[in-house]
Amino acid sequence: MNTTDNILIEAQHLTKMFKNATVIDDLSIAFGGGERISLSGPNGAGKTTLMRCILGQYLYQGKLSVLGQNPRKHHLEIMRNVGFVPQLAPPLKMTIQELIGFFVQLTDRHSEDFTRIAEKMGLQIQPNLRKPFYKLSGGMKQKLLVAFALGRDPKILLMDEPAANLDPAARMIFFDYLQNYNPQALMILCSHRMNEIAGIINRNIEMDLGKVVLDQKINQTLN
Amino acid sequence: MKNHDLKYVLKLELMQSLRSTWFWSYSILFGGFVAIMFALGITESQVIGFLGLGRLMITFMQVCIVVLPIYILITTVRSIVGDRETHVMEYFLSLPISFSSYLLGKFISRYIEIFTPVFLALTGAVLWGMFQGIDVPWDLFALYVVLLAVLTFCFLGIGMMISVKANTQTHAIGSAFILWLLLVALLDIILMGAMLKLRISPELVIGFGMINPLQVFRTGVLVLFDPSLTVMGAASYYILDTVGRGIFITFSIIYPLLLGFLFLWLSLRSFKNNDVV
Repeated sequence: MNTTDNILIEAQHLTKMFKNATVIDDLSIAFGGGERISLSGPNGAGKTTLMRCILGQYLYQGKLSVLGQNPRKHHLEIMRNVGFVPQLAPPLKMTIQELIGFFVQLTDRHSEDFTRIAEKMGLQIQPNLRKPFYKLSGGMKQKLLVAFALGRDPKILLMDEPAANLDPAARMIFFDYLQNYNPQALMILCSHRMNEIAGIINRNIEMDLGKVVLDQKINQTLN
Repeated sequence: MKNHDLKYVLKLELMQSLRSTWFWSYSILFGGFVAIMFALGITESQVIGFLGLGRLMITFMQVCIVVLPIYILITTVRSIVGDRETHVMEYFLSLPISFSSYLLGKFISRYIEIFTPVFLALTGAVLWGMFQGIDVPWDLFALYVVLLAVLTFCFLGIGMMISVKANTQTHAIGSAFILWLLLVALLDIILMGAMLKLRISPELVIGFGMINPLQVFRTGVLVLFDPSLTVMGAASYYILDTVGRGIFITFSIIYPLLLGFLFLWLSLRSFKNNDVV
């Protein structure tokens, strides 16, 4: 699956340091279209830092290319094709209605692209339209963030513990949605619950101390 | 796809501000202040040369000298560092929003939020004065609107710079407060005291006065009145006597504007060339 012409993200000798601490240590790796990757490892392994480098939010040493471009220099163009679900929902003060309007304008999509996914996961949009985002429950926030990421139909999906706050029913729908998501897209999932995502992923990467300690392809038919 | 991210960030920021308590408290503070001054009959009193609407305006501007800079600093320095601490920035910058649009969207929306209530309060005073048949000093009104506009711009630029550089909100607020105290300390009274006590040359005192945006604003506010008025303060009097009224009016508009642009440019540069979260 991961052929050179299909590479969407490529890191060459990627290193990220905070003062004297090396959080990503000379990492060389490539992620291709169609890959569904589980990125795991203990706290401080460098998973979130790697995601933030891909999102263009950190400076780094070495080379990193996302969709063939430098994520710092071409941040705007790259982010048009990246969907991100954060581990911690930001305390946004705007209402759901305003947020949906914002995403519609920003991403040139229809509001139904987002509301359909949120409602499928059990979030009633209509009765909550005027509620500020930060006043929603953890699960409701997560459903909306997932909907905003998936509804844009991005080529790259980065998700940091996306199902942590979801109820079991919503979790099932969410993973089902991921399983049927665009087969050409690249998906990177940070999760400590391997059993939950085992049915979706086709590559398992484990990090520790800023290095990849395990990188294995998984055959889903056998799995 | 056209790049309208700045417009959307600006719209979102403005919508958030319109809902916030601080924005309405601040608007009511300035609007209420003008109303109280009218109710107390300040336009009918005459104190050392000031009377009518001019007296009301100058009192309003004196309040602005005290309240506006510290208010702008305290509210602005929390914006970027606050978004960083609460992961709001991490999320927004994972969307198709450029770094500069994010920062400029915040800057412009804050400018509108801070300047509009002050401008409306001053304009309201003029309209109410006209309604009551009081002569409107239009030249003073025009100068004050421009001075308030550039003062807001200047302190917003400084506030943004502190916010981009600070590691925590506490650090940002502390830095803003120290800066404000320093600027207040370098106003008239302390400067002249230091000049007498430490035998500092008047040129040095003027130099300090001229680089202090608070002093420039204060002198600019009083510049259209008779420069021999004692209310002006020693440094203002000295500055005006040395450089002249016309030059000083131009300087009091251009200098804070340039300072604001400089700090905004530095904040943008720093924001784009460092880790953003």
